[in-house]
Amino acid sequence: MINLEMSEQARVDGRTANQLRPTLCSRSLLERAHGSARWQQDNTIIMAAVYGPKPVSGKKEDPERATLEVLWKTKSGIAGNADKEAEVTIRRTLEYIVLSSMHPNTGISIILQVVNDDGAILACAINAACAALVDAGIPLTGLIVAVSVGVTTHGVVVVDPTKVEEKNFRAHVCLVFPNRPKCTVAGLPAPVGGEPAEHGIITCVTRGAMSVDEYMNCLERGRAASVKIAKFTRTSLEHCQRSYEIMS
Amino acid sequence: MAVEEASGSASVVKDVASSMEVEAFRRLFPLQYIERYLDSAVRPDGRPLGRARPTDVVLGQVPTTDGSALVRLGNTTMLAGVKLELCVPSAETPDQGRIAIDFQMPPICSPHVRPGRPAEDACAINEQLSIVLASSQLLDLRQLSITSGKSAWVAYLDIYCLNADGSLLDAALLASAAALMDLQIPTVSINNDGKVQIVSSREKQDQPMVDAEEGQETKSKFVEGRSLKLGPVPVALTCMLHKKHLLADPTAEEEAVLQTVLVVVLDSPDKLISLYKPGGQVVATTSTVMDCIALTRLRLKEVHSILEEATQTHEED
Repeated sequence: MINLEMSEQARVDGRTANQLRPTLCSRSLLERAHGSARWQQDNTIIMAAVYGPKPVSGKKEDPERATLEVLWKTKSGIAGNADKEAEVTIRRTLEYIVLSSMHPNTGISIILQVVNDDGAILACAINAACAALVDAGIPLTGLIVAVSVGVTTHGVVVVDPTKVEEKNFRAHVCLVFPNRPKCTVAGLPAPVGGEPAEHGIITCVTRGAMSVDEYMNCLERGRAASVKIAKFTRTSLEHCQRSYEIMS
Repeated sequence: MAVEEASGSASVVKDVASSMEVEAFRRLFPLQYIERYLDSAVRPDGRPLGRARPTDVVLGQVPTTDGSALVRLGNTTMLAGVKLELCVPSAETPDQGRIAIDFQMPPICSPHVRPGRPAEDACAINEQLSIVLASSQLLDLRQLSITSGKSAWVAYLDIYCLNADGSLLDAALLASAAALMDLQIPTVSINNDGKVQIVSSREKQDQPMVDAEEGQETKSKFVEGRSLKLGPVPVALTCMLHKKHLLADPTAEEEAVLQTVLVVVLDSPDKLISLYKPGGQVVATTSTVMDCIALTRLRLKEVHSILEEATQTHEED
């Protein structure tokens, strides 16, 4: 109910509660990288580069699969615990889609450079990393889509909060869902409890306290918003693919 | 060889299992070993799937700190200590103290930790702890203030993992909360210039007498020592998802094999402090999330009564 009322009202930047910021995705911007992508959600900009599969040595070498490595670079360049945690979260999220058993004994590095942080940074980074992996031609089981959702002090759920909103809000959540009408591998788990596969939560990171009901509300809004981002990602990737085909 | 067989048909594994010693099977086919238990709804250590390991909390174990606690969660052992130091509060928050959290995994805790740079896991848990403590209302930082804008306490909360046998965040959070419960803020004297000094318990007995004799010459004000008034204690529960199974409070062996983890932190039955699921091979559906929250609710009750008991035994001593 509250959400319906809220959606009529404008936010600080004039958006409604369910409105995402204008999103841009461009690929193959870096010459040396095997794959790269730039993901922009208004003022939040992330550059992602992928190197690999490349030889690795020592502890990182796994005879059964390729090892993923995520490097998170902030604007200031000083790495703290928060950046390490982001690296762990993103690596484990991407492990869900990378078919690592196709390239045993190798390593894949994903470098994420924050160009500008205006909220929803983790979600943007995951979307950028996914696009860069596609650009690098790394075998994937499918695509993923990340979305950020915030809970205001009045308990209203809004999607894609900016930095200022994140600071003023009671809580915000980053959710990652599978982006799939199709998938490259057979034998995926069937919908559980009547829920379609793209409603499954791959990753969830929360900041701030909220009630269980508010969290469920976040899930619902996040899923709705993820459909839009998923559509955008697919169109963007297909568009690039077509231009490649025309060129060759 | 073993790897190929493991990924091969289940019937091969079954044949091998029937002719192999249990310990050898456990080493060669760790996943199948655990799955066989899970299929009969029991864990390798005899627990039902949703039950946490026996938990022990002892307060005041380290006399050199201002507050400390030793927590055992099965074999996972955490030692937490709080040291207080005086500081000048920052200009933005003049009436608040600070808390600095440091989670350490020394090489003693697990064969996977090497000396040198802190392990990736340690950094991630440290960050999770900071976020959980900041999101929950356990510690109101205003309680660490002495005089607004002039002096405050900075609490250094150090958590050492002595034995890493899974569910580290659960144990670390419990140890942190218990150490804060045990924390005693020392008596301080504030003189005319606003200078704050810590008064040891021996001086405290002498000082008022001197004051009485010299009358108005020393006008230092005393702020009596106290313990903190804490909000509801947040409780974390690590859940492992594997196929259709849901395991609470996994051991290190289970964590290594099953891989998909989901951590729920609640501080009251309906208040979610954190829900952390970093990727993994299994996606969580709404119903799985609800199941994890339900398990955490049960655990919340359990842990709160354990903490209460620990405070009572500590007071009796």
